[in-house]
Amino acid sequence: MGLTTGSTGRNAADSGLTIRRLSQRDRVIALAGNPNVGKSTVFNVLTGMNQHTGNWPGKTVSCAQGRYSNSRGDYILVDLPGTYSLAAHSAEEEAARDFLCFGDADAVIVVCDATCLERNLNLVLQALEITSRVVVCVNLLDEARRKGIRVDLKKLEQELGVPVTGASARSGKGLTALMNRVEEVLGREEQPPPIRYIEPIEQAAAMVEPALRPLLKGRLNSRWIALKLLDPDPALEQGLASLLGANLLEQETVRSALEAAWETLSQAGISRDTLQDKLTACLVLTAEGICLETVSTGSQSEARDRKLDRLLTSKATGIPIMLLLLIVVFWLTIEGANYPSQLLSAGLFWLQDRLTELLRWLHAPEWVNGLFVEGVCRTLFWVVSVMLPPMAIFFPFFTLLEDFGYLPRVAFNLDHLFKKAKTCGKQSLTMCMGLGCNAAGVVGCRIIDSPRERLIAVLTNSFVPCNGRFPTLIAIITMFFAGMTAGPLQSGISALILLGVILLGVLLTFGVSRLLSETLLKGAPSSFALELPPYRKPQIGRVIVRSLFDRTLFVLGRAAAVAAPAGLLLWLLANIQADGSSLLAHCAGFLDPFAQLLGMDGVILLAFILGFPANEIVVPIILMCYLSTGTLADYGSLTELKSLLVENGWTWVTAVSTMLFCLIHWPCSTTCMTIRKETGSWKWTALSVLIPTGIGLLVCFLFTSAVRLLGLG
Amino acid sequence: MTIQKLSLCDLTEGQCARVAEILLTGPMRRRLRDLGIIEGTRVECLQRSPFGDPAAYRIRGAAIALRREDSRGILVC
Repeated sequence: MGLTTGSTGRNAADSGLTIRRLSQRDRVIALAGNPNVGKSTVFNVLTGMNQHTGNWPGKTVSCAQGRYSNSRGDYILVDLPGTYSLAAHSAEEEAARDFLCFGDADAVIVVCDATCLERNLNLVLQALEITSRVVVCVNLLDEARRKGIRVDLKKLEQELGVPVTGASARSGKGLTALMNRVEEVLGREEQPPPIRYIEPIEQAAAMVEPALRPLLKGRLNSRWIALKLLDPDPALEQGLASLLGANLLEQETVRSALEAAWETLSQAGISRDTLQDKLTACLVLTAEGICLETVSTGSQSEARDRKLDRLLTSKATGIPIMLLLLIVVFWLTIEGANYPSQLLSAGLFWLQDRLTELLRWLHAPEWVNGLFVEGVCRTLFWVVSVMLPPMAIFFPFFTLLEDFGYLPRVAFNLDHLFKKAKTCGKQSLTMCMGLGCNAAGVVGCRIIDSPRERLIAVLTNSFVPCNGRFPTLIAIITMFFAGMTAGPLQSGISALILLGVILLGVLLTFGVSRLLSETLLKGAPSSFALELPPYRKPQIGRVIVRSLFDRTLFVLGRAAAVAAPAGLLLWLLANIQADGSSLLAHCAGFLDPFAQLLGMDGVILLAFILGFPANEIVVPIILMCYLSTGTLADYGSLTELKSLLVENGWTWVTAVSTMLFCLIHWPCSTTCMTIRKETGSWKWTALSVLIPTGIGLLVCFLFTSAVRLLGLG
Repeated sequence: MTIQKLSLCDLTEGQCARVAEILLTGPMRRRLRDLGIIEGTRVECLQRSPFGDPAAYRIRGAAIALRREDSRGILVC
């Protein structure tokens, strides 16, 4: 869950890759590598920044940049998205390749996973074809050692012809040495890459190269460009044309050389279609050969992972354990949040009383107290005390599971259901992120390759209740359905009901995805290849500190930014009189007949509308509205809250309807803006609002009508 | 001597084989190549998911989950 200010809202989408140099002497170093090899960890340790990391492929969805300095100079590090290849078959690959080709990087660090070096070398070799200014960082050496895998770094360096260093980035080992070695390759002359293709391909490349050299003027590796022109790639040709100011293919010399080269290839039995296969096969076999020389594997290297996988993804235990884990996390959240919540509200409302006293003592006019203390402070305090503790508990637990490597297993377990809905199993990863924050979930949808499936995942992400909606659900469940006796059993029941609500959201996701697949976004499920990374021991201390600190700040900031003005507005609405009653009463009264059809009342619907900037403030608004006519003795007690709600006409039907509408309504403003950015279209953004809103209204209406018809309510 | 060709999706859990031919085309063929699946690559079926599909395969030291539709197009022997 990349829930940081950088990953949601304004900064969520790529703002293009412009390198921010502070001085001309700054060296630009690109970090490339396969997905999930610890690039972001290396980046964070070196730059002291805080890119989101987690044990699943595809977290880094945009290129972050940060600074690193040592005694030898200043560097700008650019964290590229993880890719398996530089062949530019997907947007990330294209971004990574373009940066290596045209991005003016002074050097490239290719980060490799020591536990899976062979596949990683494939990318190293491709990078070496583009430039010789490469340093290879063999990361996760500690993990490899535990699995009995040994990598002969010296030998690897000989084989590759560029500096190779070992690292264990999670514990910060080896990174100073890595940066020291970067200097060795700066300004280095291009050298032949350590890969030879089969003879006809080498011949063909050699035929094209002479025609290219005068045009490239040493700016790019001519051998690599020759190979790329033989295997046409329009995106690269465009990039080349804008770099060189002329289209290579329009040059007569290049064209005739290419024709001759293709002729040579076809005489050797290589058609343009099979050329790609041959090129990759040579890369893969070269990597295999280098690995045979440099890597020795223990016999029992993966026994623990396979045992865990048998437990967590097998037919008998996979799904039950998944549900159990969710329940346990919810239970801990509800049970654990109870006490700090009461403590916080007691403290904060004590503060409110003191503020009031202070204002009285200063003889401030009564409206000042009303506006700032009863309006702004009270709403703010409510948001903090009701919303903060559950988040502060939920996030670390969830991050632990993420760090452990469980999320890809969820995608693996559930992929079959997504295939039935004609979408991609990776959607479950984006839903997991949605549990934290829907805006983060929407950004995360970039890991889905097929544009159709990505759009479906974006449009349905808000069916997963985000952390801003959890506390609302938890509060209502605890007040109305789990009995009022405190204790672990009650929290258990609450957790079960919450799980039910989430499952309803998941069910809706499947249904709506399927519906979209058969109507607006017609198509068959595309192919799917998901890497299941090794399990890693979560860095418990770090995870807890980071997720508490980052997210607490994030949530507090957002709450303050939204709740304070909302409180102000609300107090004004409640206290400006028109035609004998307050504006608030007018608004609520206006919405009331419609809201009654949905099983709610005008105040609740108004709260959801005013809660558009942040779902966190829905419950506080409801309470504020009711309080503008009544009073609450003890702010911290749910019993008191319940009696306030009941006084205002709440029944169990109201509670269920409110929960349903909380689960199924428009995404918050941040999410909407993120959807606009990710889809680039107001049309899809509008649809992402209309779909859940329409379904939410329908579900609430049907539920209420059914209950009323049956005479239960 | 003829070697009977199976599809990758026919492997049972724990069974190993070598890739004989890749019938897939387009982006998936490229994706598999990028993951190191070429003719001759050794693969092992590690685990089926709870609903029987997809299944995880060990490919060059990594565990990769593939759907039946895709693994059917990879012939092994």
